[in-house]
Amino acid sequence: MQNAPEKRLHKLLHSRSFWVCALLLLPFATDALLGHGWVRILDFAMLYIMLALGLNIVIGYAGLLDLGYIAFFAVGAYCYALTGSPHLATAFPLSIEGGVHWPFWVVLPFAALLAGGFGILLGAPTLRLRGDYLAIVTLGFGEIIRIFLNNLNAPVNLTNGPQGISRIDPVSIANLHLNVTQPLFGMEIPSVHLYFYLFLSFTWLVILASKRLEKSRIGRAWMAIREDEIAAAAMGINTRNLKLLAFAMGAAFGGASGALFAGFQGFVSPESFSLMESIMILCMVVLGGMGNIAGVILGGVLLAILPEMLRHSVIPLQQGLFGKIIVDPESLRMLLFGGALIVMMLYRPAGLLPSRVRRRELGSDEMAEKP
Amino acid sequence: MTLLQLSRIGKQFGGLCALSEVSLHIQKGEIYGLIGPNGAGKTTLFNIITGLYQASSGEFQFNGNNYHATQPHLLAKAGIARTFQNIRLFANLTALENVMIGRHVRTRAGVLGALLRDKKTLAEERAINARAHELLKYVDIPARTVAKHLSYGEQRRLEIARALATDPLLLALDEPAAGMNATETASLKALLQQIRDGGITLFLIEHDVKLILGLCDRVAVLDYGKKIAEGTPEAVRNDPAVIDAYLGHAHEP
Repeated sequence: MQNAPEKRLHKLLHSRSFWVCALLLLPFATDALLGHGWVRILDFAMLYIMLALGLNIVIGYAGLLDLGYIAFFAVGAYCYALTGSPHLATAFPLSIEGGVHWPFWVVLPFAALLAGGFGILLGAPTLRLRGDYLAIVTLGFGEIIRIFLNNLNAPVNLTNGPQGISRIDPVSIANLHLNVTQPLFGMEIPSVHLYFYLFLSFTWLVILASKRLEKSRIGRAWMAIREDEIAAAAMGINTRNLKLLAFAMGAAFGGASGALFAGFQGFVSPESFSLMESIMILCMVVLGGMGNIAGVILGGVLLAILPEMLRHSVIPLQQGLFGKIIVDPESLRMLLFGGALIVMMLYRPAGLLPSRVRRRELGSDEMAEKP
Repeated sequence: MTLLQLSRIGKQFGGLCALSEVSLHIQKGEIYGLIGPNGAGKTTLFNIITGLYQASSGEFQFNGNNYHATQPHLLAKAGIARTFQNIRLFANLTALENVMIGRHVRTRAGVLGALLRDKKTLAEERAINARAHELLKYVDIPARTVAKHLSYGEQRRLEIARALATDPLLLALDEPAAGMNATETASLKALLQQIRDGGITLFLIEHDVKLILGLCDRVAVLDYGKKIAEGTPEAVRNDPAVIDAYLGHAHEP
């Protein structure tokens, strides 16, 4: 039996309103406790969570190892950048004066759809591949997109090459511009906070969609394909279409978060979409727990925030100890990160919060679930 | 009425001729056995009628439609369900999930249904769940157990339940009694008869002669990719060609 305060705490931790309030107050709390840079870091963490959840559909649900996932993020970001900046108008004098500037609610689904289309484009030729072979092809695909973005400033200047596209419209919803401080109930809500709430609501949507997909006819078919493709086909599952659907759904989530990223950042360039980013997102999924939404969120938060914490602690620490910076936090980050991955693979191979299926697969539940 | 009609099916793997000119027909409601020594081409024939392989020559007719080159999921939709010689369950999923996946081909909900969870999708989900529980009860397997933790005999029965979940007209069983003891075989036999009495035609590959003799209405024998005999189990058992295939030729005195 639990005693009363413990029970109350338990109840509090499981009540939805508590979490909603906590998340709504989070940016103010970090502002007050940690300093002003942190809300921005939280914003990026949220983007990473959305990406990791999108990738989780492809890898965690359908079992298709995708190493070029960042390409869909890039497609979404450039889609938003091209429609929301004067770049196209200056590059092609014939088009509309000053750029098209679609409203947010048009660009976002468009970016998701376009990225989904690219997902199918990637999926179609790789249908017969699995595992390592698929990983290599998707890796190549990711690089192709990045190199295209990098070089498509000639003969037609579509992407403005390595300089990237700047002066992108900020997100504005029904005349509420998220790039400026907005007054609300007598309080001044800064721009990063507004983006925080925007990203928070989109993350919530992505979580909801992931959850519902997992427990549906489509989700079960994906799991069947992951477990045994031949048996899945023999059970009447159209493996080709469902694999394409997994690629498209994952890519669409990636594209939507790409569009949000472009609006938030106001600037996109190819270097944001390197192979390293794909690998980071994959690590979030693997580290947190492939196939488990809570695990993937945890992985995203950890990997997005830890490097920043490191940055904030390593430099002052070294300066205090040696009077100069000996190890650059960036390289220390990779060292710690590599170490963490090795430790993980040894002690928690299914991730920090593994899904029940992965746990069974890796055999760490023999005792727990044996009837 | 003929449910499945194979006409001159041939299958080559490179230079190897796995099947040549195999023709047979299966009547609706019968239990049809396919036997033969190892490597005779029985599983190859199964893979052709379930779409995993494409026949090199010939074609087959199922429920009035012609098939030559097609995909497994279309045949499952047409009403052929199968089990595998080396059990292919979704090992890390529960028994219930395995059978629910079998319902995929008879249900419709898509991405929108999954995301919106409208009334129709929810009703369909409930129907899938109810049907899966019913089938698990039928084969007597606990719903919440993970497939790979079931005993061997249970796994075989779960595979049958999963195949039945696709509402098949023809159930193709590849060595369902392999590795079973006498008691398990007897209960399998009762189960198969029960399935047939429910109106489903059975097509099985089996090595257990007693099971074949006691269960099948008709039997075909394959040897080196050719059909060498067909008829009632009794007639086939006494066919000299079959005895030769299994035991080798008798020496001339």
